[in-house]
Amino acid sequence: MKTETEPVTGADTTWTGAIGRRLTRELPPEKVFPGRQPVYVQSWTYVFGVLTIAAFVVILVSGVWLSLLGPAWWHTSKVGLFVNSLHFWSVELFFVVMVVHLWGKFFMAAWRGKRAMTWMTGALAFLLSIGCAFTGYLSQQNFASQWIASEGKDGMNSVGVGAFFNVLNFGQMFMWHILLLPVGIGALTVIHVLMVRRRGVVPPYLAKNQAPSDVLPERIPADTEAQDGGAR
Amino acid sequence: MGSLFALIRSGILGAAVNLDHPTTYFHWGWFSISVANLVVILVMIVVFLLALFVPFPKGRQS
Repeated sequence: MKTETEPVTGADTTWTGAIGRRLTRELPPEKVFPGRQPVYVQSWTYVFGVLTIAAFVVILVSGVWLSLLGPAWWHTSKVGLFVNSLHFWSVELFFVVMVVHLWGKFFMAAWRGKRAMTWMTGALAFLLSIGCAFTGYLSQQNFASQWIASEGKDGMNSVGVGAFFNVLNFGQMFMWHILLLPVGIGALTVIHVLMVRRRGVVPPYLAKNQAPSDVLPERIPADTEAQDGGAR
Repeated sequence: MGSLFALIRSGILGAAVNLDHPTTYFHWGWFSISVANLVVILVMIVVFLLALFVPFPKGRQS
């Protein structure tokens, strides 16, 4: 029996190798796990992104808790009702901080400096979050969810998706709520954060008569493309 | 943690605000909005303005 490793010859043409080289080039460890941040990050406006992720974690944990014990538990026991409410109110908080994050980034034109994909993944995650909240309201198993479903079906049919996304189908809506949409939001969030790491946090607009050195410290390479105010 | 669950079991948290009644709506022409949604939007605007103007605590500078 042959035990020696076969010698590797020729150029690396595998797709796994290509992906590895691309990821190493675009996302080196010092970018993914930065030890320091620019001074302009010391503002409350830069806090709402991570607050959104924190609220998302609470939503996921409370959602898993609800999944483990089931509707008979969360509808009848005091602790179940509390976890159900925790799930609901963390969603409310999630949307509040996410929209404040959106406002901050919009008025900062955060798509500057080749950050268009960062902006778009964030916008897409926002849209999926609305869908996830909507299917959550449909999964309440009460009169409110029946009312929302009967009203929502007309909206869905008016845009031609009612046959594929049937809000009157509880099983389908529940699966969208607890599997498909959370996975999509989670994946987009990871991609969104990695893109922020890749391009760096967007710098604020320069005030009149302000030199870039006043905003961008020397220890962080100045993102000159971001300073000209042009979207890429 | 035990006292927190005791508080929940007693129903005190749930009794803080009575939500067992129809909500109030504001109407301005074609536009209508519930008081709850209006309050949330106003709170978001206040939080946004606070984030812009409240000074951030100074961290470690190297």
